Amino acid sequence: MSKLTLKTEGDRYVVVSRRFAAPPEAVYRAHTDPKLVQKWLLGPEGWTMPVCICEAKPKGKIRYEWANGKGGGFYLTGEFIELEPPRRIVHVERMHMPAVTPDNHVETLFAPDGTGTLMTMRMTLPDLETRTRMLSSGMEKGMEASYARLERAI
Amino acid sequence: MIKLDTAFSALSDPTRRAILARLALGEVTVMELAEPFDMSQPAISKHLGVLERAGLIVRRIEGAKRPCRLAKEGVEVIDQWLAMLRKALSSNYDRLDTVLAEMQPPKSRRKR
Repeated sequence: MSKLTLKTEGDRYVVVSRRFAAPPEAVYRAHTDPKLVQKWLLGPEGWTMPVCICEAKPKGKIRYEWANGKGGGFYLTGEFIELEPPRRIVHVERMHMPAVTPDNHVETLFAPDGTGTLMTMRMTLPDLETRTRMLSSGMEKGMEASYARLERAI
Repeated sequence: MIKLDTAFSALSDPTRRAILARLALGEVTVMELAEPFDMSQPAISKHLGVLERAGLIVRRIEGAKRPCRLAKEGVEVIDQWLAMLRKALSSNYDRLDTVLAEMQPPKSRRKR
């Protein structure tokens, strides 16, 4: 069962939502405590985050560095804009692959949902050129394993 | 029409995904494609054949040239990009489920 929904909103935004079996306080903390972020914000299987800077305060710095253990890697930098624990985070981020992508503005909301949380994340849809670059760059190489698995499954 | 299994198989190759990304910018000829990819024209043509059979691209005849473009109903770059995002986020949030399960507050532990 896929619990994730992902849809575009106009030409400019992507809205992602997902339910979690933990209260907003916990989900918020897992998004703002670097020791916790490092455990899950890894993308495709096989990647790790050796560097995780996440200063959860207005103007606080974000820097995530990923590595695939085979010499491949890229990083993301950003800044927090607004934090309203435990319900809302607004931040901006950009990928370095190594060419930098345009700023992605992200608003993440955590709403109580029974005993759990409904998370809604609204992010900027990169323009065509950026999408093309992301797809044909090192970032996309991290997807190799997934595509290979998909192919085997068919 | 897109044949899903052949489309997935066609998309499993990085060169073919790069070709699709290039075609998202507009129609090109085999010669124009071969140059940036540093591949021979026959090698490019072979990849194009796979993409064409999967229904992802269409080629027309214009004299000796066979310009190709993305099939209207084919996988566009935005769909590829969203698929990549969905896959990355799904893996992340599945791991986050585990992190959250391990984060039970001390209060609920004392209850046991």
